[in-house]
Amino acid sequence: MNNFLLKLRQEPALMFLFGVMVPITVFLAMQLFNDPEIFFATLMRSLGMGSTYAIVALGFVLIFKATQTVNFAQGALAVSGALFLSFAVADDHIPLTTIDNPINSLPGPDWFHWGVSLVLAMVFAAILGLVIERLTIRPMVGQPLFSVAVITLGLEIALRVFNNDTVKVEFRNVKVPWGIDGFQVGKETINYSIIAAMVTAAIAFVAVFIFYRSRLGIAMRAVAFDQEAAMAQGINVGRVFAIAWAAGAVLAMIGGVFATQPPVKQSLAVDNETANIAFRALPAVILGGLDSATGALLGGLIVGAAEIFAGQYAAGETDILGAGYPVIVPYVVMMIGLLIRPYGLFGTPEIRRV
Amino acid sequence: MLEIANLEVVYNEVILVLRGLSIEVPEGDIVALLGANGAGKTTTVRAVSGLLDVHEGEATKGSITWKGKDITHAKPSEIVESGITQVMEGRRVFAELTVDENLATGGFTVQDKAKTAESYDRVMDLFPILAERRKQTAGYLSGGEQQMLAIGRALMSDPELLILDEPSLGLAPMLIEQIRDIIVDINKQGVSVLLIEQNAMMALSIAKHGYILETGKVVMDGEAQKLLGDEDVQEFYLGLHGEGGERKSFRDVKHYKRRKRWLS
Ligand SMILES: Nc1ncnc2c1ncn2[C@@H]1O[C@H](COP(=O)(O)OP(=O)(O)OP(=O)(O)O)[C@@H](O)[C@H]1O
Ligand SMILES: [Mg+2]
Repeated sequence: MNNFLLKLRQEPALMFLFGVMVPITVFLAMQLFNDPEIFFATLMRSLGMGSTYAIVALGFVLIFKATQTVNFAQGALAVSGALFLSFAVADDHIPLTTIDNPINSLPGPDWFHWGVSLVLAMVFAAILGLVIERLTIRPMVGQPLFSVAVITLGLEIALRVFNNDTVKVEFRNVKVPWGIDGFQVGKETINYSIIAAMVTAAIAFVAVFIFYRSRLGIAMRAVAFDQEAAMAQGINVGRVFAIAWAAGAVLAMIGGVFATQPPVKQSLAVDNETANIAFRALPAVILGGLDSATGALLGGLIVGAAEIFAGQYAAGETDILGAGYPVIVPYVVMMIGLLIRPYGLFGTPEIRRV
Repeated sequence: MLEIANLEVVYNEVILVLRGLSIEVPEGDIVALLGANGAGKTTTVRAVSGLLDVHEGEATKGSITWKGKDITHAKPSEIVESGITQVMEGRRVFAELTVDENLATGGFTVQDKAKTAESYDRVMDLFPILAERRKQTAGYLSGGEQQMLAIGRALMSDPELLILDEPSLGLAPMLIEQIRDIIVDINKQGVSVLLIEQNAMMALSIAKHGYILETGKVVMDGEAQKLLGDEDVQEFYLGLHGEGGERKSFRDVKHYKRRKRWLS
């Protein structure tokens, strides 16, 4: 019986490796020889997509690791933060007032104004994260985690309604300095936004790894491992939660900004769809293992690559696959990944937690 | 210095576990708190360190006074800052963190870097074995090393009162002796100690005063040496060693369940 179960667990892995990976690799190698330029452009787009997913996934992971809660409000946080950026860079007045937008009167070039707005948007997102944590999550400490997760789902809906009806999200430009420009590789254009996403992801991950080794970061990992023991050391668990939420909200906001740019989208504007980036990144989070930053990075890159390459090279098969098939690919990859490693690539099996 | 007076603790608003418990830890002493499984020893520690909340527990009557200040309802972080740190039952080291990182968590309430460095040196002096394993993941340490790490972690906050909840739990006799000697050393450095034990022999041999707890109340107390000579104590607490091993493993299971519930 045990043997049978073991085989069952290994079989999908073997099936996947030989039955799927080998043909895909051969197919991709053929494409590379066929048209290296298209292949390279696709690779770059997949890295841009993966980096965007990784940034959003990292936000999920930070909050989950500290609080053991999947924050379903990441999407609405992404929109709220990106909207703030859009108001800061694109409007003459502070919303709902007649006061002049102070950023417009700053000296210096446009990209400088944009940079200032971005910093302000990060501060705004952090504060939003802190307030939400304080008002809705802190009172729930010690309650079943499922209830807390449902509360975050409620938050997502509430924030979306607020953004739609009161703030009115309709194609609000975030005015990234690089726009949809890019550089040429043969006949293919590589958008600068792709490079920006990759650089941002790299910075975010290095920052998180450095943070995890700092005093506060060690405290956060201690809380993640054993809340009561952390409290017994005098660690203020509430403060750790707050910091995790603030950082998670900032990452969501940055993810939201990249969700308006290539390769995710061409519009450069925040709209209702922007929130979906969180749900699209969820497979990356789960594939990576929910509580691992390394997992978020790898999960993001794998899922992003699968989606973009499938979108590029299976485009002739839409009759069978349906037009929107690339969006499904991340979930398929996640499922296969979970069959092979039930806790995700870098997840902590529950047993080790005890 | 620490004074617990008529303390009553209730779990889940109905389960009365401490029924008017009174104990005292004078400055500079080692005080032993003894009792069988379920007597309420750990509950007493939780009450002192502000961790009842986590277990849906509440101090409904009585008071805990520390250096003249009422701390009955203080927060865990305030209590650690005020100079009381506990070494939890079952060690509870952060298994995924390194030895150094575990020690860093213990020093979380200390802002002064020089002081942290001092405490760190002191821990390394007391536990040379930890110095050899500084970068190692705590989960891979042996049980005895983990207990030393747990004590070292608690010392990083430079406490005036150290509470140890069954430090001999699950350790071999030789290691128990080693831990006992370390507790004496720590006490000589000026730290008051509240030592909670089922191993009455070990605790009473180094304590000045001892309390014996039964179903949430002190049923006997006195000078440690006198308790050691007392016939009842000898019969009930020193004669129990035969079944020690089995009982301990059972307790480990119970502890695991409790923590799971809090986390999930
Ligand atoms: N979270 C809880 N909820 C309800 N009852 C509890 C809880 N924790 C402990 N108890 C009960 O309180 C009583 C005292 O438990 P406590 O852990 O304080 O005993 P102890 O003296 O430390 O025992 P041991 O030697 O086994 O560690 C026990 O009957 C136990 O079942
Ligand atoms: Mg106990």
